[in-house]
Amino acid sequence: MVTAPEPVDTDISDIKVDNTGNFTFPERNKFDSGFGITEKTVDFIADVKNDPDWIREFRHKALKIFQDKPMPTHWATKDLENIKFDEFRYYLSDGQKPKRSWDDVPDDVKKTFDRLGIPEQERKFLAGVEAQYDSEAAYSNIKAAVAEQGVIFVNSTEGLHNHPEIFRKWFGKVIPTGDNKFSALNSAVFSGGSFIYVPPGVKVKHPLQAYFRINSEQFGQFERTLIIADEGAEVMYMEGCTAPKFETATLHSAVVELVAMKGAKIQYVTVQNWSSNVFNLVTKRGIAHEDAVVKWIDCNIGSRLTMKYPGVIMKGKRARGEVISIALANSGQHQDTGAKMVHAADDTTSNVISKSISIGQGRSTYRGLVHIPKHLKGCKNNTECDALLINSNSHTDTYPAISVRGNQHSTQHEASVSQVSADQIFYLMQRGLSEAEAMSLSVNGFINDLAKEFPMEYSVELKRLIDLEMEGSVG
Amino acid sequence: MSLEIKALHAQIPGREILKGLNLTINPGEVHAIMGPNGSGKSTLSKVLCGHDDYEVTSGEVLLDGENILDMAVDARSRAGLFLAFQYPHEIPGVSNANFLRAALKARLPKGEDIDAVKFYKQLYSRMDALEMDRSFTSRSVNEGFSGGEKKRNEILQLMMLEPKYAILDETDSGLDIDALKIVSRGVNAMRSENRGFLVITHYQRLLNYIQPDIVHVLKDGRIVKTGGKELSLELEERGYDWVTDESLAAAA
Repeated sequence: MVTAPEPVDTDISDIKVDNTGNFTFPERNKFDSGFGITEKTVDFIADVKNDPDWIREFRHKALKIFQDKPMPTHWATKDLENIKFDEFRYYLSDGQKPKRSWDDVPDDVKKTFDRLGIPEQERKFLAGVEAQYDSEAAYSNIKAAVAEQGVIFVNSTEGLHNHPEIFRKWFGKVIPTGDNKFSALNSAVFSGGSFIYVPPGVKVKHPLQAYFRINSEQFGQFERTLIIADEGAEVMYMEGCTAPKFETATLHSAVVELVAMKGAKIQYVTVQNWSSNVFNLVTKRGIAHEDAVVKWIDCNIGSRLTMKYPGVIMKGKRARGEVISIALANSGQHQDTGAKMVHAADDTTSNVISKSISIGQGRSTYRGLVHIPKHLKGCKNNTECDALLINSNSHTDTYPAISVRGNQHSTQHEASVSQVSADQIFYLMQRGLSEAEAMSLSVNGFINDLAKEFPMEYSVELKRLIDLEMEGSVG
Repeated sequence: MSLEIKALHAQIPGREILKGLNLTINPGEVHAIMGPNGSGKSTLSKVLCGHDDYEVTSGEVLLDGENILDMAVDARSRAGLFLAFQYPHEIPGVSNANFLRAALKARLPKGEDIDAVKFYKQLYSRMDALEMDRSFTSRSVNEGFSGGEKKRNEILQLMMLEPKYAILDETDSGLDIDALKIVSRGVNAMRSENRGFLVITHYQRLLNYIQPDIVHVLKDGRIVKTGGKELSLELEERGYDWVTDESLAAAA
């Protein structure tokens, strides 16, 4: 049984702000699964969400797999061992409609929004004044507009309840539950995320957008997104994440599955700016059928540890997979990112361009996998990974795994490591730029060709985020 | 009003390079510094701009009366000091136009931005003067530029930033005669009674095009001889060996 707490008005004195402008509003959640993860947790979530039996079973099976699977620390960072699964709450939702106004938002936070150039209406949402709360995604007005074209754009819960005939066919098929420990965890406790279906031939003009936000301390967020573009359809999805900074570790583990049917095109754009205590362990993969294109455009800033390797399985002839990624690791942060390209049909093409920036003690790792089996012909892969180091303590590694069998394919791999040298900064400063401005300009230059791949408003935001990061990184 | 260098001593760890250098540049004057390799010419330009490879152990540098030695590199630039680099740095991914805009914006009060229309008008007219193709606005700063193009780009920055005092560090090196003429024309166009120049060079050739008012010989970290532009011709003919330190000779 679940009981609702009394509705409480937000009092300004309840807002916690520290001296760096990080803040949290007090939490009022109607549904709280409590700490730790057990069969009871899974049942609690299934009860609250009124899951159909097959989803409840799916969750229980996933929990078992999660519990049985060891941490992948034989190849991944030991920092994973610091995740204490018992100290998280796995489901929080349906908070009382917060009665708070823009005036309640601390000035420092307003200033940061201002500097990031976040539009007025989004500021209110991001500040927790308006719209959705916690694990349910918020959808823009575009939802109604695209519905006229027959596009389904709902959250994953609505998707599985109202569109089971499409949802069930693809859910968990691109990324099986047991793919890795964190995809299993997500499968056991998922909530939120989007479900999108674009009917044959429909080209969605405007990017579809959803914000996710962690807003409860020690609360793991496990959104689950499934996007299907039917034959010849086209859609771009944008995901932006911000989180206020909390004092204790926060876990985020999403699963995103994309299905591009024959001749379809899906672009998935992410700009993430997690606070530096978040574990961000995400599994993203798409299937591209004949002549289809799946493109991941991914920018990771912040977090304590991000592990994310968007993948494309090129299942049909002439399918194309792309991963364009930017990672920025500041001190205390580890960006472990990359791409997985699995060629499973003739004449398929994949392209991976990854740029990472390591600042101070920050650490960037690139892991790439390209698989082209022997029986195929005419497959092409291009992989470029460039790393930029800023000051001598930063750290970068590249682990490319390219397995190409047969001799009718073409692959190329280029990797470079460069530094923002003292002389480059001297040159820029001699022209009047401050050290931080000189750093920002250098870093923005380094990612410039990739930043153009992002939709306009995201690339502007990206530039400003980098400005802010650089300001904080020079004495 | 002047750029005044008083008894300047500077070193890299273990080796003193500037050993009591005195020099005063008034607005409207063009000073040339010549000297053999290793005499401290490039060091002087970097020390004036605040490069942290060098430690100033004593002396003063006053820019219009204000001691700039405690100022950061960027503050010196904004105070009106410009260095045309001998080896200009490449800034991948940053377009020339964006770079210049950022440099100009850094001179404005916080929150203000430059007028884009005026900026491009000015930029294009100065590029025309330097016979630079318009495509250079969108090309990354110095990336893939020839030696001559880099030097022209330095002069373009000088023309856009309009400093009070400009140091040209071996701007003639790596230039063919046509490029040398174009670059010199740009510099000459910037000569004004409000602006002082310090032209560092190995060769007299540059001074045929940028005619100095005063020529100094730098040797072993000191100005050892000062004269008119005829001194540069004499140096070209006779080399540096005959020049003795006048200040030391006078003391003896």
